[in-house]
Amino acid sequence: MKQTRNNLTSQILLMLLVLSISPAITIAAEQALPADYCQWDVTDYAIAQPLCGLAGDDARGREIVTDSGSGNCLACHQLPIPDVEAYGTIGPPLTAIGARLTEGQIRLRVVDTRKINPMSIMPGFYRDPRLIHRPDKRYAGRTFLNAQQVEDVIAYLVTLK
Amino acid sequence: MKLPGILPLLLSVLLALPAADTLAAEPRSGYDYIKQSTRDMQDDDFENPGLLTVEQGRQLFNKVPEGQGKSCAACHGTDAEELDVTHIARYPVHDGNGLVTLQKQISRCRENSGNNSLPTNHAELVALETFVRNRAAGETVNVQTDGPMAALLEKGEQLYRLRYGLIDMSCQHCHDFYPGQRIRGQNISQGMGNGFPAYRLDIGEITNLHQRIQQCLTLMRAEPFAADSEEINLMGLYIMSRSNGLKIETPAVRY
Repeated sequence: MKQTRNNLTSQILLMLLVLSISPAITIAAEQALPADYCQWDVTDYAIAQPLCGLAGDDARGREIVTDSGSGNCLACHQLPIPDVEAYGTIGPPLTAIGARLTEGQIRLRVVDTRKINPMSIMPGFYRDPRLIHRPDKRYAGRTFLNAQQVEDVIAYLVTLK
Repeated sequence: MKLPGILPLLLSVLLALPAADTLAAEPRSGYDYIKQSTRDMQDDDFENPGLLTVEQGRQLFNKVPEGQGKSCAACHGTDAEELDVTHIARYPVHDGNGLVTLQKQISRCRENSGNNSLPTNHAELVALETFVRNRAAGETVNVQTDGPMAALLEKGEQLYRLRYGLIDMSCQHCHDFYPGQRIRGQNISQGMGNGFPAYRLDIGEITNLHQRIQQCLTLMRAEPFAADSEEINLMGLYIMSRSNGLKIETPAVRY
């Protein structure tokens, strides 16, 4: 375990190098995207446009973040929701996240936070499904949340001020 | 002395990494990360459910196969007292041809003694594995890391660092970067192998290290590695080698 850090550093540098050369390396070209997958664009570390042009519902979003069978944000993040037995402590608390980040910045972090931090532990909730390694057959070709769910979560998070 | 221009950049990359103590940490048993009530259960021979499996294994160890053949106990003693516990602590080992897990060695020995063949992770094999590993409880995990193992360990480490499934995490994400942190109410451990086979409270079953890896991959919504596949053998080797220096706790009680 002593060598972990050196390995990690070289791994990060290698990853940055690979990313800068060709993102196509990691995409299995023969795999098709699901028909309903909406493309998104990152500008200035944000995704300004809602996925598929959908409008989110903050009440539904609040349910998704707490539901352990759905978004399950509470597994890793603290949220200002009363009566929750236990929060995870892996990610930063999301209290007042709407005051700290713009909607577009939040959207990028929910959709695919690795555009900001390639080593992040956080799953990309709307990451290109072709980038997922070894998915169970039930989940192959799927995103973690669908576009409407992602927009619902964002609609909820921007209310946290 | 003037620092090269790139140094501040490299330093900032290093400082941005997760806390250094989790990366360079000495191995710590999962025992250090479980609740006190779970530790108490593990330490109490009447409360630890894994000891039932040890007893099942002991019976199987002494069972004489039908027809021709002999029991494990015929050579190794009714309490397996003829087995070298320091050697049990070496598993998985390299036999010149490849990796041999403790369960595979038991399985081979069984078949050579006239017993029927059982598939990997058959309940009887897991029980025998648990009994035999339990003989070495308190011994120090001592997996070979040099010689032919070096290249295999490198492959195992690569598998440990790959992301899997829709949840899209590697083993290292939780067990190297975040031990001590919580997912909901559960503490994340360093993912060590010294307690396995262990009794898992979450599923209420005895679970060997390879089964635990499979369960973790399933949790990641990934397709788990098949039993006795090259990948699971390599990953099991790597994880057990990380546990070198820890005391064997079989049967541990874990979440």
